[in-house]
Amino acid sequence: MVEAIRYRIKVGEVNEIPKEIGKTVKIGPLEIALFRLASGEIRAIENRCPHKGGVLAEGMVSGDHVFCPMHDWKINVTDGKVQAPDVGCVKTYEAVIEDGEVIIIL
Amino acid sequence: MTKQKLVLVGNGMAGVRCIEEIIKLEPAQYEITIFGSEPYPNYNRIQLSKVLQGDTTIKDITINDWNWYEENHILLYPGETVVRIDPKGQMVLTDKGRQVDYDKLILATGSLPFMLPIPGAEKPGVSAFRDIKDCEKMIDYAKSYKKAAVIGGGLLGLEAARGLLNLGMEVSVVHLSDYLMERQLDQTAGQLLQKELELQGMNFYLEKQTKEIIGDGKVEGLLFSDGEVVPADLVVMAVGIRPNVQLAKDSGIPVNRGILVNDFMETEIANVYAVGECAEHRGTVYGLVAPLYEQGKVLAKAICGQETKAYLGSTVSTQLKVSGVDVFSAGEIFENEPIKTMKVFDDYRGMYKKILIRDGKIIGAVLFGDTSEGNKLLRLIKKGADIFEYTESAQSEQTGTSFVASLPDEEIICGCNGVTKGTIVNAIQTQGLTSAEQVKGCTNACRSCGGCKPLVTDLLEYTLGDKLNKADQKEPICGCTTLTRDEVVEAIREKGLSHTREVMNVLGWKTEDGCSKCRPALNYYLGMLDPIKYHDERESRFVNERMHANIQKDGTYSVVPRMYGGVTNAEELRKIADVAEKYAVPLIKLTGGQRIDLLGVKKEDLPKMWADLDMPSGYAYGKSLRTVKTCVGESFCRFGTQDSIGMGIRMEKKFERLSTPHKVKMAVSACPRNCAESGIKDLGVVGVDGAWELYVGGNGGTHLRAADLLCKVKTQDEVMEMTGAYIQYYRETANYLERTSKWVERMGLDQIKSVLEDKETRDVLNRRMDEALTVLKDPWQEAINSSDIRKELYETVKVPVDMK
Repeated sequence: MVEAIRYRIKVGEVNEIPKEIGKTVKIGPLEIALFRLASGEIRAIENRCPHKGGVLAEGMVSGDHVFCPMHDWKINVTDGKVQAPDVGCVKTYEAVIEDGEVIIIL
Repeated sequence: MTKQKLVLVGNGMAGVRCIEEIIKLEPAQYEITIFGSEPYPNYNRIQLSKVLQGDTTIKDITINDWNWYEENHILLYPGETVVRIDPKGQMVLTDKGRQVDYDKLILATGSLPFMLPIPGAEKPGVSAFRDIKDCEKMIDYAKSYKKAAVIGGGLLGLEAARGLLNLGMEVSVVHLSDYLMERQLDQTAGQLLQKELELQGMNFYLEKQTKEIIGDGKVEGLLFSDGEVVPADLVVMAVGIRPNVQLAKDSGIPVNRGILVNDFMETEIANVYAVGECAEHRGTVYGLVAPLYEQGKVLAKAICGQETKAYLGSTVSTQLKVSGVDVFSAGEIFENEPIKTMKVFDDYRGMYKKILIRDGKIIGAVLFGDTSEGNKLLRLIKKGADIFEYTESAQSEQTGTSFVASLPDEEIICGCNGVTKGTIVNAIQTQGLTSAEQVKGCTNACRSCGGCKPLVTDLLEYTLGDKLNKADQKEPICGCTTLTRDEVVEAIREKGLSHTREVMNVLGWKTEDGCSKCRPALNYYLGMLDPIKYHDERESRFVNERMHANIQKDGTYSVVPRMYGGVTNAEELRKIADVAEKYAVPLIKLTGGQRIDLLGVKKEDLPKMWADLDMPSGYAYGKSLRTVKTCVGESFCRFGTQDSIGMGIRMEKKFERLSTPHKVKMAVSACPRNCAESGIKDLGVVGVDGAWELYVGGNGGTHLRAADLLCKVKTQDEVMEMTGAYIQYYRETANYLERTSKWVERMGLDQIKSVLEDKETRDVLNRRMDEALTVLKDPWQEAINSSDIRKELYETVKVPVDMK
């Protein structure tokens, strides 16, 4: 049985990431929007709104949601789902904090 | 249960729309395969003329992108044509030798452009106007050739001609009939249209039959049957379309002009359906989009085995998509014996209206110049309404609830998003909605241009009646609260609240963290009430105001440096040029406010670029004073009565960076010719001999409005004093995101005048204004000086690709 290889990528110290302001993270060809929520938790999602490709890292973060800066689509940063009345979803990535470092697991 | 196989031949608007309906009804019933001859996903063919006219790119007209097919598990074969159907074996065969079985087959093969079978029609410079390929060919030709001839003065031909004009070609339109669009318009409207288009630059050759396309190898011109020759390098044939029925015919599926279908879009062969321009229903083949969508809905239900109303044919209307010309036509349009007409003809303003009546019922209409009644007339024609219904509504100019009550459920209220009255009323009733904002959230109505908001408000009143009490009508600042702007501001003041989160907690917000509407609003109100102590929350700012640059659709930014009063010098220009080169700025553009805009700048480059520029931020992104536009004034202009540049610079230097409810634009002109356009500014100053006039509440944007005269003063100091008091009064009383044009109307000009008349009030307002101004700093300089700001906001984390 082949086990999928997963990469653990350090993207910086958690203290360096301001709360409720997204960070753009480029890993090779991947562009990820990284968020440190008001609760202190870390979330990582694809940095493209499914509507017109707006950069979500620049959106306003409220609770578990980010509002796309282009046309105000509301997207859940935990499960990637676009909120009604719009529909769609963005990819989510696993992100954890270990010893003060933010790690994205691909 | 194994899925049934559904095959669609034709990847165009009608077929794919039908598939969308099927997926909506039964997402899992079918395994869907689509064949399309063109190498593109489904695009909006109607908008091709816009692509040609240069308003739009091909990407913009894509309706379903590649992802859509993938997400819905549809197997798409683009660039592959079905060449034969075996109805007995229930199988299709393609030009690439592929065989696919089907349980149900939809034919949506559309139409083919009709090409005149005249000598020379095969020459390389001859094109149809039907698909992306044709558009690209015309755009290509326009780059190297000058003269174009369009054969056909119908809808398609005129749209093509307009596009070619935009591409810089000289355009001749050749038409067989004696007036344009003779199938949709009567002679009067056709001639008005011709006059208008001639003004736009088209040449017309009417009652001309093209005999031959002449030229040695390439196209050189057209030869008419009367011997006349018109030179041309490009010939576009737009004489009509014919249903594409060859495949059906070859496969033994009965056709007449189109593929014959019954009221459920079934052909005479079992399990084979046809929809769209290729189908002939009750003797009619439609070439417009609305009926195709109606057909698609019926077919989707039929194919999913759901009960459906029969398709009984459509009443079609036409609108010409040529900028600057409004033409509408619907139903029957030709006068004959039993038909009576109502006509209004205003030659002076170029307006024409004709309504056709038979046995007292409205059966058709033609509008030219003003087509605002188009939708109403189409609805009346569709239901065969009595002419009195039109004349009465025209007389009383029905508005309000009685008007929305009269609309049928299927009437489209929001044209941008296709939301019907029925959908809105249903949402109000079943989801307990009480505000236009909630209706927007649940149905998408009002989401795009907002033009239908009054209708939505009327629908709320009509649906809820007495239940819509006054308390519900007050407009809360967003869906997170029931409190209005005034209540929130009052509470902040009274309770001494100092953070957005505190406001939300104390005032019982429904959401813990607010939303993209309330957070910037609260941030503004808190800062307005206590500019000295309040610490601006950049996480509650919209991206542009957080980054101090305007975000563009591709995630790059634009940079506009401050140029007070729109005045610059050689040194500044040199710096801007150097910076533009150094950072490879893709576009440099002059703004409407007399500034220079550097567009397409990468986020990481912003702070470096600002440092190199060494100029203050022009705040082109802010809810703030944008620009003070000025005319040349007395120093150079022979009409100038005042120093408009000096006045403008003084105003801009004083009020720059100020946080306001919405953007504020100002202008100073030195005479009533008003070259700086003071009449459409939030505050516009006009110099006259020995005095200055102050105009307020003007707007040149969404809510076009001429400014009102606030007062006339003698000195520059008085201008400054009045401006300060006026802007501060706006800051303290306006709703966040309310422009002065709306604010002036809401408050009433007289009320504002009476407040500002009082010297003492003005002094108090100006004191608070000065307090707000003391704490402002140039944000670009702040970013240059702070490595924390640069790191937190402008740096991207980059991880190289070779991961270990």
